[in-house]
This record gives sequence, structure tokens and C-alpha cells, in this order.
Amino acid sequence: MEVTKDTHPVEKLTNDPVVVNEVKRLVHIAPLEKVFNLARAHSLWPFGFGLACCAIEGLMATNMARFDISRFGYEVMRGSPRQADVMLVCGTVTHKAAPFVARLYEQMAEPKWVIAMGSCAISGGPFVDSYHVVPGVDKLIPVDAYIPGCPPRPEAVIEAFLMIKQKILDPKVVNQIRG
Amino acid sequence: MKTQTYTLNLGPQHPSTHGVFQIVLELDGETVVKATPVPGYLHRGIEKLAEARTYAQVIPYTDRMDYMAGMLMNWGYVAAVEKLMGIEVPERAEYIRVIVGELSRIASHLIATGAYAGDIGGLTGFIYTFRDREDILDMLEMISGSRMTFSYFRIGGVAEDFPAEFFPAVKKFIEKFPSCCDEYDGLITGNEIFQVRTKKVGVITPEAAINYSLSGPVLRGSGINYDMRKARPYSVYDRFDFEVPLGCNGDCFDRYRIRILEMRQSLRIVEQALEQLPEGPIMAKVPKVLKPPAGDAYAEIESSKGLFGAYVVSDGSPKPYRVHFRRPSFINLGYLGKLCEGWKIADVIAILGSIDIVLGEVDC
Amino acid sequence: MANFQLPAELMQALLEKFPNIEVQENQMVIVSADDLIPFMSEVKENPDYALDLLTNLTAAEYNDHFETVYNLISITNGFDLMVKVKLTDKDNPSVPSLCPLWGGANWQERETYDLMGINFTDYPGHPTRILLLDTFNGHPLRKDFKWEGGRE
Repeated sequence: MEVTKDTHPVEKLTNDPVVVNEVKRLVHIAPLEKVFNLARAHSLWPFGFGLACCAIEGLMATNMARFDISRFGYEVMRGSPRQADVMLVCGTVTHKAAPFVARLYEQMAEPKWVIAMGSCAISGGPFVDSYHVVPGVDKLIPVDAYIPGCPPRPEAVIEAFLMIKQKILDPKVVNQIRG
Repeated sequence: MKTQTYTLNLGPQHPSTHGVFQIVLELDGETVVKATPVPGYLHRGIEKLAEARTYAQVIPYTDRMDYMAGMLMNWGYVAAVEKLMGIEVPERAEYIRVIVGELSRIASHLIATGAYAGDIGGLTGFIYTFRDREDILDMLEMISGSRMTFSYFRIGGVAEDFPAEFFPAVKKFIEKFPSCCDEYDGLITGNEIFQVRTKKVGVITPEAAINYSLSGPVLRGSGINYDMRKARPYSVYDRFDFEVPLGCNGDCFDRYRIRILEMRQSLRIVEQALEQLPEGPIMAKVPKVLKPPAGDAYAEIESSKGLFGAYVVSDGSPKPYRVHFRRPSFINLGYLGKLCEGWKIADVIAILGSIDIVLGEVDC
Repeated sequence: MANFQLPAELMQALLEKFPNIEVQENQMVIVSADDLIPFMSEVKENPDYALDLLTNLTAAEYNDHFETVYNLISITNGFDLMVKVKLTDKDNPSVPSLCPLWGGANWQERETYDLMGINFTDYPGHPTRILLLDTFNGHPLRKDFKWEGGRE
């Protein structure tokens, strides 16, 4: 039968809005990739790669009781890159550390995403003139979301995770202009 | 049977190394034969960058060194420049500095305690200490506008005065905090597994502590009574009545316990400083463009990790000629190689956590 | 701020024992490189001074010379003292290492060698680089160090 985004097959069976809404929410009929994307988006496992000051706000404070990121399902910080989906680069990347940042990214299994947190990871931050700092982690690995700030608030980190969730569910959203 | 040692890399990325820090361990079974710490993965060249900025523009760089106690880092650098220029800080500014400095010290010790409990294995302790740290960060945000990298100090005073909503918040915190310390004592200190893993582990003798220039809770854990706030009082610390907790064995448990007791003493200092807070200006009369006289000065303060000092050389221009920071985490870490010999791998994590390092400060 | 400097009679005794040292008006002592180890042993072991904690060890570069700076504090007596050594050989600045006296000098001397290029002699296998990679060329804190920052 024809499946479009607007009509769900259950509407042929009943008109009761409560039943229709519940079934629409719980039962999806879609290509397999979309189902997988639903699972991936709602349960990302971050790889906490805390380098510097942003790690305290981005990894620890976001995980704790006040800004609880486990409401969204993302609290399972893994220590090993093989078990993680999202690499959260928090802090300055130096020339001595650059080789192993790239190596850790390659060790993560597909599909994987990267969030660059804080101005040091985006573009070198206040240390951009230094002799030992890489000006931004996107010189080494591809980045999916950027969080500006020095350090950004934990609410901004949660917003970045929700943006990645939207990007996973519908990759076309990236081309829209974000206000 | 012939055996040989093998090399294990406690690599730069590890959940328990408090940052990007590598220890190369040579193991005989599970016992450590030789440990070589390798710092430098976060070396950002702050001392070289400071030579290209004006004196006031170096203050945000000091925040990013020990980011857990940012106010105390600001204080060390500003004290050195004020000593070089001979500036007298007004009294109200001194009291404000003491209050925010001690609140910062409590915040830093809270993270140290929580992270140590997490390292030993009890992740619940981490959540409790962060909950109380949020109260302090709210208060510091009221004053300075930022949760972690404050840049609140200025050469000659502080940036802004306390807003009106600060005083009821800090009074509520003073009433609530002692019961939080009791909670940590019940949850972490009294835990049998925690005690077995930390008592008699990583013992530092008093002679070794002085010889290796250790300072802060690491030095006081071995029984040496040297807290710069009492031994060489700076600012207005000689007007407050507080105790200096000392350890007796020099093991990891003593160093951890001292931090909890120091938090209680810091709260006493904040209470007394609030009562004695005088009226007055918060900034001395300094010229807009600071040009210190040619010469050099070295000043130290007692930070939460140990003695933090700054050595400033000036040649008469608005930019510093040379700045060097005496970082306590870097110097305390120098003893780690010798300290780990003979213990098991699990003890290495316990010892590293008890020294309480911050990588931003180690690598500068 | 109260004064924690050495009392005048102790400073006089030091001047008598080491006639070559220079004392400036803020009680900073300038010592020559050969006198360094005897001077440091004296102020460390003699209980009148008991300056037993080496709290800071660094260096600075000027137009025609280097200077290494040492700060000492006394746990029992409460004094502090700043000592400097002038090194006039700009191509190969070297000064005896304080590692035999203080273990705490080890990492600080390695950092000074790494960033400033001062050689600390008379201690085997010392100094080696600590913060930068072993293959790094040059010493960043020198005034003639050239590098390219990341600013575009």
C-alpha cells in the first residue's frame, strides 16, 4: 500500500484521534535506514575527549544533576573510542596531541559525528598565535557541530546534541539557515 | 622461570588522568617497576603569548591555567604586578578578593573530592559534589558574569562590586554547606572500600616532601605545617581566625581528608570576611596605560593546589618582558615517578588522584 | 605586607663567607656560577637560615646575558630569598645543576632547558626536553625564536 508522510495506514481503520496519535508516534513504516537513524539519534554515546577547561563544563557539568543530559539519553560517556558515536572535542589541540586526536577519530566505528566545543576547538581560541597550537580541530578531522563560547554553558552543549539529533534524523536540515 | 618487564602506556586519553597526560609504566606482573610521566600535551605557550600582550591582557590567560580555581590564579599574577609597581590595594578590594578566592578554593576542592571518589570507583560522590559546586558558580556568576573563566581581578583591585542579591545567596550557602560536608564524610570517607584503597598507599615522607618542593595539601598531608596564609600572610589574611588541617601519615587518605577539612575552614574565613567587610573604593588609582618601572618581582599566594607564584620582568614598556608562572601542579607532579614505584596499577590511579593536578596548569 | 626577608646580621654573615656575591637593595643576591653550589649548600644546611624549600627556578634572556633565578623559602624560620646567576656566554649558557641538592629542581630545570635553552651541567642524563617533543627545533622563549602562528 502507498505510504506517505501525511497518511498513516491506521487512519483507514479508525477516526479516534487519541488512538491515531499514539499509533503514529509508536509505529513507523519507513526504509530500514530511517529506523536505524531513529535509534542512533535518540541514544548517542559520547566519547568524552576532554582536553582542557571546556571538559569541566561540557563533559562533567552537563552530566551532573543540574543540567542532566541523561534526560535525552546521552549520558553514557565511554572511555574507549570503539564504543562511541559522538566525539566531543573539548579544549585546545596542540601539535604534540594532534597525531593521536586523528588516530582516535579513525578508531571510532562508522557512523560517527564530531562536535567541536569551545573557541579553542573551533579556531584556536585565545591561543591561536602560539607556536604549539593547532588552529581548530577541523584542520584534522571533519566536524558536524560547533559550539561557540569560552567556555560555553552546559545548555549550549545540550543544544548541540539536539542539533546533531536533528541532523541524523533528517540530513537535509543542515542546508537551512539557522536563525 | 625467566620473566621480563613489559611497558604499559597509561595513555594521553584516559578517563582517570584528569586530562591529556601520559604515564609510561614498566610493569612486572601488576607491580610498577618504573613510571615516567610525560606532560606537555596541553602546552599552549602562555608564557610566550604573554610577552605580546599588555599587562592587563594577560589576566584572561591566567584563568585558563587552573580553571577550577580561576580567581586564585588571577590573584597570583596580579599580586606580582602590584608588587613591581608598588600599588596599594584598597581595603574593600582586599576583602572582596579574600571572599571570592576562598569560594573558588571550595569549588576547586569539591571537584578534587568528587573526581577522586569517581576514580576510586564510586561515581555517586561525583554527582553530590557537583551539585554543591553549582551553588558557588551561581554566586560567582552574579559577581563576575562567568561560570568558570572569571578574569575578575584587575591590577589595583577588582572589576566590580558585589551586587545586592549576592549577600542573601552567600548567607544561605554558609548555612547549608556544613551539612553537605557531613554528607561527603558519610558517603565517601566512611566507605570501607575507599579506606582500604587509600590508607597507607603512596606515602610521602616529610623529608622527601620538602626536598621535592611540594606544597599545598600534598605537603600538609605529611605533617609539615606550612600554609602560606599563616606562615607569610599576604593581603588581609592575618585578620582571620582559622585552622590549618595537617595529616599524620602522608598517605592518599590524609591528602583527601585535608581537602574536606580545608573546605570547612574556608567557609569560616568567608563568614568572618563578610562580617568585617568595610566600605570604600574597589580599585586603586592606576594609570590607564600601565607602564611598570624596569625591574622584576616575584610574588606567591596559596592556591588550592599549592603555592602559585608569578615572576614578572618589566623593561618599562606596556608589555611584559618576561612572565614565568610557578605552577604547583607541575612541581607536585615531579615526584610522581618516584612515588609510584612498588605499587600496583590500580594504586597508580589512586595516587595520581590524590595529588590533584590540573593539566592546564601543568603544561601552561 | 610584612617583611619576610633575612635579618641584616644574617645577610652580613653571608657576605663575609662569600665575598664575591652582590646584594642589591631589595635583598636580591647575585652569585657567580662557580659559587652557586657552595652558596646553596650553605643556606640550605645552616640552621640559622634553613632555606630548605626551593620554590621557583626559572631563567630570563636579556640583550647581552642570561639570568637564572632561584627563589628559596624557609619552613622553620619563615624567610624568603631570591638568588640570581648572570650567564654572559650567550651561545652556550650553562650553570651547575641543583639536582644533587634538591629533587624538586629536576623538572624545573628540564622546563627551563626545554623552553629557554640553558644547560644544567654535572648531573648525568640531564636535562632532557619535557614539554615539547624531543624532535622540536629551537627554544621557544628566546627572543630570536621565529614561528608562524595560526591566525589567518
